[in-house]
Amino acid sequence: MLQEQELKTFVEGTTSFFAVAAQQPASIGSPYLLEGTPAVHEYTGIINISGKREGVVMFTAPKAMLTVLLMKMQENDFSHETMRDLVGEVANTISGNARRDFGRDFVISVPSVLSGQKPTIPQKPGLRSFIIPINWRSHSAKLVVSLT
Amino acid sequence: MNARRPTKLMIVDDSNIMCRRIERSQQFDELELVGTARDGFEAIELFKRTDPDVVTMDLTMPRMDGIECISRLVALKPEVRILVVSALADKATAVEAMEKGANGFLNKPFTDRQLNEAIAELMR
Repeated sequence: MLQEQELKTFVEGTTSFFAVAAQQPASIGSPYLLEGTPAVHEYTGIINISGKREGVVMFTAPKAMLTVLLMKMQENDFSHETMRDLVGEVANTISGNARRDFGRDFVISVPSVLSGQKPTIPQKPGLRSFIIPINWRSHSAKLVVSLT
Repeated sequence: MNARRPTKLMIVDDSNIMCRRIERSQQFDELELVGTARDGFEAIELFKRTDPDVVTMDLTMPRMDGIECISRLVALKPEVRILVVSALADKATAVEAMEKGANGFLNKPFTDRQLNEAIAELMR
């Protein structure tokens, strides 16, 4: 079952992504337990986790935040497809970085992306879900970590 | 005149943002981008057509992942130089990639400086 102290690796991964890729650190709020389905922003990148742990890691963010993030990354394509690409890449990077602590048996899928739709959290015995709030510049996003 | 042959670069990543980032950030005049591929199968096809000297390789990709792709590219051209550019941060994955024939490993996220240092090391 996912323990609070295991969230540290996801907090560090999120901090690192914004500090390095966007050259501007994000402020990470206190994680809290999620009951039910999370409220999401316009774009959500989802990584399915299998192996010794099961569940999902999701990064959900509003279009306005993603637009600024793309600008900071020197991108000049702000299309719907690029927004989808970006949320998938953020979710992939944070999940992949978590293998530093969870090891290679923490198997991550390629990203899937939702634009506006509500995600489904898989129902598995022992699964716990946490929301990690992310504040960057004037924008808010969330990392959802649901793992056995 | 004896013009120096450029070093041909292929970028393999399922993220277009990442492909453009690597293309934009690398600062080597001698590198000529021959193309980008979004998965291992596309990479092998492009590799056979363009014969690159240097490859940047993502690992988590659809259809064929980077580890499998590295083995196949090295079988086609043992002297190819491959830099893995991946979010997968565990040591075992880095070791496996190197054992399959990769020559360097750069974790995402990365700075422009880290990318250029890794490419410089690769081409040394």
